Amino acid sequence: MDSALKKALIEDCANMIIAHAEELTSLDQAIGDGDHGVNMKRGFESILADADSLAARPLPDMMKAIGTQLVMKVGGASGPLYGTLFLTLAKEISDQPTAENLKAAFAAAFEAVKARGKSEVGQKTMLDVFAPVLAAWDNRSDLASHLSETARLAAEATVSMKAIRGRASFLGDRSIGHMDPGARSSSLLIATIAKHFGA
Amino acid sequence: MANVGIVIVSHSEKVAEGAADMVRQMVGDAVPLAFTGGNSDGGLGTDVGQIMEAIDRAWSEAGVAVLVDLGGAETNTEMAIEMIDEARQNRIAICNAPIVEGAVIAATEASGGSPLDIVKQTAEELSPQ
Repeated sequence: MDSALKKALIEDCANMIIAHAEELTSLDQAIGDGDHGVNMKRGFESILADADSLAARPLPDMMKAIGTQLVMKVGGASGPLYGTLFLTLAKEISDQPTAENLKAAFAAAFEAVKARGKSEVGQKTMLDVFAPVLAAWDNRSDLASHLSETARLAAEATVSMKAIRGRASFLGDRSIGHMDPGARSSSLLIATIAKHFGA
Repeated sequence: MANVGIVIVSHSEKVAEGAADMVRQMVGDAVPLAFTGGNSDGGLGTDVGQIMEAIDRAWSEAGVAVLVDLGGAETNTEMAIEMIDEARQNRIAICNAPIVEGAVIAATEASGGSPLDIVKQTAEELSPQ
């Protein structure tokens, strides 16, 4: 993959998370420990600072370096979860990925995140964005915008769910009525990436 | 054979340090002990790099039992263990037990020379069934 595109993807994803840090924090304050925005911001600021050297690497190496930085910098529960996502993508993705390769890599990453969080779909987590996106991933010509919209709607659909995993599960029924912050950050990242592929 | 080491991982450095103080009062220097708490900004949270360092500090050839508090502490500890060399990974066990009581009981068991699986089992007997 072209290093200019890789750099643009890194910068746009990082800036998207940084710009939404307060929103993610307030979502997390409603149902969790209120650290999602600041943790993600810390991780993506560190990635942004390294954007040039990250973008110069082959795509799998770049994903591995991003995953490692997220693990080491983000903390919270989202550090290992997003870290695992990127570290698994790194293992599965090729430097010049086809749509099929991307989908297979994302499917493997989804399984790895599920295992890391000991969670399942329907428990008000980022998995509730990833699963519908995977299911909606077909051969249509407007795939990027379709996946972006699927992710947005899926994040909104976590509002009515009850949290079963994570700190939000302590709230039981009181977690209903708020969007899951991890689902929101996932949908922001998916929308940002999709934009570069025609969404 | 050295005694099993104990590592305490809390979101709060004060909780981790306080739990470690209670362990020391119980077993003195009979077990290797390390604690970590807080994120890299000094706020509440857990940090994979700091957890790896704490495991190194408490390292024993008999292994290390890790006590954690809430969700992210466990997930980050699992991540830290995976990033440690494979030869040591199977000698590191996360105990599903309350952090303070678990650390004290695990250390007491370890101070008597029990192997890692018994230390872990003893701590986990404290967990609600």
